Parts: sequence; C-alpha cells; structure tokens
Amino acid sequence: MFRDISIGQYFPGESSVHRMDPRMKLILTFSYVVMLFIAFSGPSLLVGALFVIIAYRVAGIPVRLILRGIKPIIPIVIITGILNMFFVEGKAIFSFWVFSVSAEGVRMAVLMALRILCLIAGTALMTYTTSPIALTDGIELLFAPLGRLGAPVHEIAMMMTITLRFIPTLIEETDKIMSAQKARGGDLESGNFLQRVRALIPILIPLFVSAFRRAEELALAMECRCYHGGEGRTRMRILKFSSADVYSALFMAGCVAAVVALNRLGAALWAL
Amino acid sequence: MDIIEVRDVTFGYPAMDGAMPCAPVLRGVSVKIAKGEFVAVLGHNGSGKSTLAKHLNAILTPTRGTVLIEGIDTADESRLLDIRRRVGMVFQNPDNQIVATVVEEDVAFALENLGVPAAEIRRRVDEALNDVGMSKYARHAPHHLSGGQKQRVAIAGIIAMRPDCIVLDEPTAMLDPRGRAEVMRTLKALNKDHGITVVLITHFMDEATQAGRVVVMDDGKILYDAPPSQVFSHVEELTAAGLDVPQTTRLCYELRKAGFDLREDIISQEDCARAVARLLG
Ligand SMILES: Nc1ncnc2c1ncn2[C@@H]1O[C@H](COP(=O)(O)OP(=O)(O)OP(=O)(O)O)[C@@H](O)[C@H]1O
Ligand SMILES: [Mg+2]
Repeated sequence: MFRDISIGQYFPGESSVHRMDPRMKLILTFSYVVMLFIAFSGPSLLVGALFVIIAYRVAGIPVRLILRGIKPIIPIVIITGILNMFFVEGKAIFSFWVFSVSAEGVRMAVLMALRILCLIAGTALMTYTTSPIALTDGIELLFAPLGRLGAPVHEIAMMMTITLRFIPTLIEETDKIMSAQKARGGDLESGNFLQRVRALIPILIPLFVSAFRRAEELALAMECRCYHGGEGRTRMRILKFSSADVYSALFMAGCVAAVVALNRLGAALWAL
Repeated sequence: MDIIEVRDVTFGYPAMDGAMPCAPVLRGVSVKIAKGEFVAVLGHNGSGKSTLAKHLNAILTPTRGTVLIEGIDTADESRLLDIRRRVGMVFQNPDNQIVATVVEEDVAFALENLGVPAAEIRRRVDEALNDVGMSKYARHAPHHLSGGQKQRVAIAGIIAMRPDCIVLDEPTAMLDPRGRAEVMRTLKALNKDHGITVVLITHFMDEATQAGRVVVMDDGKILYDAPPSQVFSHVEELTAAGLDVPQTTRLCYELRKAGFDLREDIISQEDCARAVARLLG
C-alpha cells in the first residue's frame, strides 16, 4: 500500500537544467519567487509565465506536469480569487445586496491566480530537475555562511540526508509490520474512521520502537566512522558553476529587468 | 608489535538511576592481537562479546584496566579520532550503518569526516569499492542492494579509512548463506592481500574454523584463546559454555566416544572425510 509513494518528485534527465549547479537553481528559484511578487501588471506577470514555460521546455519536463503540481492548490486559488473580486475597492461593474464586484477586483483576482500558478510551477521545476542529494548539498553550501554565525546548517543537511536514506527502509518496515498484524487477524481496512485510526496503533508502536533502535545503532556506526559534526569536514563531490549557470543567471536578470519595465508600462496603460 | 592490547579490563554498564550498580559485564579480560591476525570471538548470548568489541575503538572505556591501540590508551579522549581511524567497526544490521543515499557517498562518509581532500577521497572510495567487489554498484541506492552487498558496502566504508584492524560484530547474522559466503570471502581477502587485522565476532562455528585464532568468552571472561583446532577439541567444555562445535568436530567426538581412534584436532571437512575413510579401511 505504501510502495507507490514516490519520494520527492525527481525526474532524472540530462538537460542543461538538470546539470545546473543546485546552488544556482536554489538562487534562481528564490529570485523567481521574488520576481513574481514584484510583478503587479499583466504584461510583467506574462514574462514570469513565459520564463517558467521556457524553463520546462529546456528541461524537457512535459508541461502537463505543471497541472499535476497545481491540482491540490486549485481550491486556494479559487478562494483567493473570490476574496479579491469582492473585497478590492474600485469601480463596481456588478453588484447585489451588500456585495459588489469591482473591475479592479477582477484584475487582481486574475493576476493573483496567475502568480500562484507560476509560483507552484517554478518551485516544482526545481524538485523535478534536482535530485534530493544534490538539493541537500546545495542547501548546505549555500547556507554555509550562516553556519559560521552559529546556525545548525550542517546538522540540518545531515538530518535531511538521513531522512532521505531511511524513508525507503521505514516504508518497507511498515509494510512488514502491516502484513504481520494482518496475519494475526488485525483488520486495517474496514470500520469507521475511528476504528481505522485505532487499528493503526499496533502498527505505529512497533514502527516507533524500531525507528529508535535504528537511530541508536546509526549514531553508533557514525561515531565509529569518525563523525564529529561539521567541523573540519570535507566533501567528495565539489560543486562547480558552469557556463549554463552563468547563462541562466543572465536570462533571469533580463527577465527581472523586463518585469520592472513592464510594471511601469502596465500601470500606465491601466491608468488610461 | 601488537595492534590491540587489552590489559585486565573490567567493565560494568553504568546503573540506571538509583538502581543497584550492575554486575560487571567484563571481568578481567586480557588479550593481545598482533598485526595481520584473523581472530574469531565466540561466546553465548550476553557473554560480553559486543561489550569487548566496543572497547576496541573507544566507544566504551574500561572501568578498570587499560586498552591500548597501537600504544594509544583508549581512555585518552584527545586521541579519539586516531583510535577510530585505526580500528574500524562493522555491525550486525547493514541497514542501520549506511548513512548516505548513494553507495559511493556512503563509502566516502568516514573520509569526509576526517577532512581528507576531495581527490584523495575519490581515489580511496574507488579502491575500497573495488576491494569488496562492489565497484559496479557505486552509483546505486543502498536500499536496492541485497543484505550481503549492503554489508560489503559497510565494510568498504570502513576500509576506505585504511584502518589497521576491522572489528565486526556478527556481520553475517542477518544474511542468507550466500551473503555470508560473500562477506567471509571479502574478509579473508582483506586479511590476506592487505594485511588488515580482522576481529570477527560470530555465532557461526564454520566461520570460526576459518580464523587463525579463536577466543571464547564466557560470562565476561576469556575461556579459551587458541587456534581453532585446539579450541574445538574441548567439546564438553564448549557445550557447557552454551556453544556449538563444528559438525565435523562433533562427529569425530562422537566416534571417539564410541571407541574409534581419531585425532582430536580435526575441524576441516576434508580432514574429517579422510579420517573417516581411513577408519572404514
Ligand atoms: N547498553 C547497555 N546497558 C546495560 N547493559 C547492557 C548494555 N548492553 C549490554 N548490556 C548487558 O551486558 C551483557 C553483555 O552484553 P553483550 O552485548 O556484550 O553480549 P554479547 O556477547 O554481545 O551477546 P550477543 O551474542 O547477544 O550479542 C548482557 O547481560 C547485556 O544485558
Ligand atoms: Mg553482541
């Protein structure tokens, strides 16, 4: 039952987006999010949408995957849209009872929906094209300066690695425990919600006990392999920026400039 | 020169809050292991094998007595990494000692901790994977490997440190016969070709017979410390200590008891077959 959970949503590939330095991908994703929030006119948001579509194309990720990522947040998009439509002040174009819909509100609703869609598509692209290990490495290196100020950057990266390492092991174990409980007559699938929650207890308890035992053994094994925190640690794989990273950064800078310019233009047009 | 010198070590686990102090688990253990030896450690459950093993790389330090690793006292905390780099340790459950999500990254783990430069790590990782016959799987995810393969990855992670000695605590207990054979083959090759000292804790008598020396523990003490053929000639005493003897030894023992004339030091299957064939005329 748990076998088909996919961890993360990495789609291995050889495109130049895949081969980009994970640090650059993190930086660009962050810039992209900022760019979406400073874009407040239609044309400038279209630049944002265009950017993400081009990025998907270059990465060779089918654009329909955007839809898959978007599906769970459609209700949020609709609710924010409705709220925007009713509560933004402006010329009323439609009204009943105490509610009125303004033209400004409709514009805001559309822009906000577009912005959220781009946001999801853009951040999803990073996880589609970056393996979890590369992502962890990228995060650790990118935030290393914070580590010097005392933030537990190495520890968090280590925790992420270990979590990724143990998810398949624990899933397998859950499967085994469930089979064992079923073999003893445990009924996991029928009954009302409360009964089913209660049926989970005999699965969760052995799972936790075993996870703690594993954690203890792992800590011991890590100590035996001279682990003593992030201090003085080196890495086998060294990340390097390549020309693809430089070009994509330049492209991003160009898009941001276009957004800023079009913001002005859009505002001027709207005022007319 | 002895790599490991355990001098009259007594050890008791610290008592849980307020309870009676625990009875010592090791009671006056002394043993010396020289470079290049292959030593098997036997003993019934709870006889203190794992506790002794944990003394060999300063995971535990003696309550009384001393443990010296190439002359370094394990009680000296400032030399902790020096000790752990020299004596590597492999545990029973391969799943719980693999840290990374890719085989080669896991093998690199100890070297990264020791601050070895990247190029050197790369070289040693490739070498270690080659030594355990796992080069093909360098880029694989560990959870897709078989038990024997995972255990060989764990061994590679240790030998990448270039230790002088590996201590293995029942590394084959969770493996199928094929996995066990793989691990034993790997250990013997490391011992023979690279001169790595091996201390193998095991419950399998056939593994112990392949060692150069067998140490038998019984209730925190060393009962025997001799070559396998000599140790296994004490069939009655071993049985009393809650241990098996190899099937060949058991057969010869029963035959001897029934009045046949057989040597006491037979342990290999060939020797046993030859001896029995001779009896049959
Ligand atoms: N962390 C601990 N705290 C307290 N007592 C412990 C601890 N670990 C082991 N013991 C006790 O020490 C004794 C020896 O344990 P040890 O694990 O060394 O035996 P062993 O020979 O390795 O046994 P096995 O064959 O089962 O692995 C046992 O009685 C055990 O209950
Ligand atoms: Mg043990």
